[in-house]
Amino acid sequence: MNVLLWGALPYVAFALLVAGIVWRYRYDRFGWTTRSSQIYESKLLNIASPVFHYGILFVLAGHLLGLFVPASWTDAIGVTAHTYHLFSLYGGTLAGAVALAGIALLVYRRRTRAPVFRATTANDKVMYLVLVAAIVLGMWAKVAHSTPTAGYEYRDTIAPWARSLFRLSPDIGLMSGVPVLYQIHAVVGMLLIALVPYTRLIHMFAAPVQYLFRPYIVYRSPDERQLARRGAPRGW
Amino acid sequence: MRIMAQLAMVMNLDKCIGCHTCSVTCKQAWTNRDGMEYVWFNNVETRPGQGYPRRYEDQEKWRGGWRLNKRGKLTLRSGGRFRKLATIFSNPELPEIKDYYEPWTYEYKNLTDAPLGDDYPVAEPRSLITGKPMKIEWGANWDDDLGGAPQYGDLDPMVEKTRAQASEKVRFAFEQTFMFYLPRICEHCLNPSCVAACPSGAIYKRSEDGIVLVDQDRCRGWRECVTGCPYKKIYFNHRTGKAEKCTFCYPRTEVGLPTVCSETCVGRLRYLGVLLYDADKVAAAAATEEETGLYEAQLGVFLDPEDPEVRREAEAAGIPHDWVEAARRSPVHALVSRYKVALPLHPEYRTMPMVWYIPPLSPVVEALNETGFDGEDPDNLFGAIDTLRIPLEYLAELFAAGDTGPVRASLEKLAAMRSHMRAINLGERPDPAIAASVGMDLTEMEAMYRLLAVAKYEERYVIPTAAVGDARRLEESAVPTSCSLDHADGPGMGGEGAFGQDSGRTELPLVSLETFHALRAQQTADAQPHVGDVAASRGEK
Repeated sequence: MNVLLWGALPYVAFALLVAGIVWRYRYDRFGWTTRSSQIYESKLLNIASPVFHYGILFVLAGHLLGLFVPASWTDAIGVTAHTYHLFSLYGGTLAGAVALAGIALLVYRRRTRAPVFRATTANDKVMYLVLVAAIVLGMWAKVAHSTPTAGYEYRDTIAPWARSLFRLSPDIGLMSGVPVLYQIHAVVGMLLIALVPYTRLIHMFAAPVQYLFRPYIVYRSPDERQLARRGAPRGW
Repeated sequence: MRIMAQLAMVMNLDKCIGCHTCSVTCKQAWTNRDGMEYVWFNNVETRPGQGYPRRYEDQEKWRGGWRLNKRGKLTLRSGGRFRKLATIFSNPELPEIKDYYEPWTYEYKNLTDAPLGDDYPVAEPRSLITGKPMKIEWGANWDDDLGGAPQYGDLDPMVEKTRAQASEKVRFAFEQTFMFYLPRICEHCLNPSCVAACPSGAIYKRSEDGIVLVDQDRCRGWRECVTGCPYKKIYFNHRTGKAEKCTFCYPRTEVGLPTVCSETCVGRLRYLGVLLYDADKVAAAAATEEETGLYEAQLGVFLDPEDPEVRREAEAAGIPHDWVEAARRSPVHALVSRYKVALPLHPEYRTMPMVWYIPPLSPVVEALNETGFDGEDPDNLFGAIDTLRIPLEYLAELFAAGDTGPVRASLEKLAAMRSHMRAINLGERPDPAIAASVGMDLTEMEAMYRLLAVAKYEERYVIPTAAVGDARRLEESAVPTSCSLDHADGPGMGGEGAFGQDSGRTELPLVSLETFHALRAQQTADAQPHVGDVAASRGEK
């Protein structure tokens, strides 16, 4: 069971993520969109969507920091374990609460605004369930295992395990003593990662960073392979 | 100088009767699909009126188009690149479907399936958005023919602007009203703000004909283009989650056919043709400081295809010969640059629009006739332009950023043309002073009359085909170029048969004779033959 959850599942999730993105790129670029419902309802979305997105981006940054920056590095720049804990507890919980408030408002909007509800697919509902579960479980695990002074030191167990995945030698033993709530959160998180390319979440891989660098006006010439070139004028 | 060619359109508003045939045929051809129920790539608005979507011209609210920043640099009114990315999670200036109108259908089934009862069954309206019964409160054309003008007319943003300058000029009392129709499609701008606003880089301008298109595979549904376009002519397909827009019917224009809206226009008021322009000058022209200078600035970007230097440069820039020739015969070039009677719609948006309009004169003549004066007498007519029933100021807000000068000049030319042609019709001797007073000569005047009033199909639409080089190559390839011995039934392989080359074989190309004549004409001529001449000579054969 441990091998399955902490040795195989991460790689399955990652494979599904990569395969899904490749599949979307090769065969379903047309379906690669935010599927925005703003045209149906703008007022609630204008508040809820930025709140959720900024919250979840901060949560993502927190996860990257917690999982992939070893404690020795933060120690080296003079961040004490206590400071880190406070930041992780209050900052993380605040970001999670913001994201949760945003998604709660979004789900409320989706349920109560008839056109938005009508445009909701079964796929969306599954996605919302997993996403909300991941956020709630994460916050629950954090809060349940923390006091203002100290908390569960996931940087000694979960984080090294996560890094070991990328060295292709998963250290399954590290995960055996982890609190159950953290374990469930991690599994749901991996499920969410696997779901990304098969749901509307795919739009996160369309983040238009290139917009900052491209020229404003885009020109396109006809595809030379499809059009015959104009040869030299005939005559002698 | 970087010469580019653009297919552009001019609409003669004098002739628009507001029949909406263009809208309907366009809808049938392009937007009769799920998710596009509310979309009209082509719509006809009654002006004054709020337009579609409602009050789209209020850029304080919708933030479409470009503006000059403090340093005089061109920036998107909806914000720079960083603001766009920072607000990407919800577009704060996106019109909702209710700003267009909530599309609906009727519960027709009820008419046949209703149980027997005392009342006639009715077909209830059903929203196409929610699927529920709805109250119809607005449509794409709710204020057509000034319907509800006493209530809604004041909401026209251009009426507000006009009133700020000439407060008495716009009235909605029945006997003081005026109206005209304004058909609108995508402007296929030279400096398109929708293209600039697209974070994904999915919208592009085709380099060969300037048509602005959305790459459906690259669009990610950020909706910034809808805000970016000040004309609100990019629409969000709420089923596919992608932006869609007028395509200038490129599959038709590529083979030389006019767009659906032009082809089906019963008033024959649309003109299609090529304009040559200098792409290097566009940005500077769009950044002209004074808004009222933008019309002249855009005229300055266009190039005269009669200038041999321009023609040489154009062909050097890879513009096909027949495109350059089409530019010479282009009705759009004539109306925009030669006669200067066509004006751009809202040049103040700084997008350099490429669908231009000839302002309406007709109501003036009618109004003059009603007062008992001779409506086509030049003295009366010129004087009346200033006291138009459609206030000059209102037209100026639409077509010249509020400057009445270009509108008056255009209307005076149209008025002069009427007087001149009336004299000819009545067998009088036309007074050359009339033409001279608007800076034209008699031949020009009559040529303009022919283009505007007679408006022959082939003079209204001068559309060079895409890939004409390819067409020629295909045609030539129909003539066997390889040795006939190579073929299975060449002379050495069984011969031509008893009845010669064409006997019993259908694959022998029938175009060969035409090609032969066309090639001979081309190869023996001193100059490249005129496209029209070649077509004519082929027609005779």
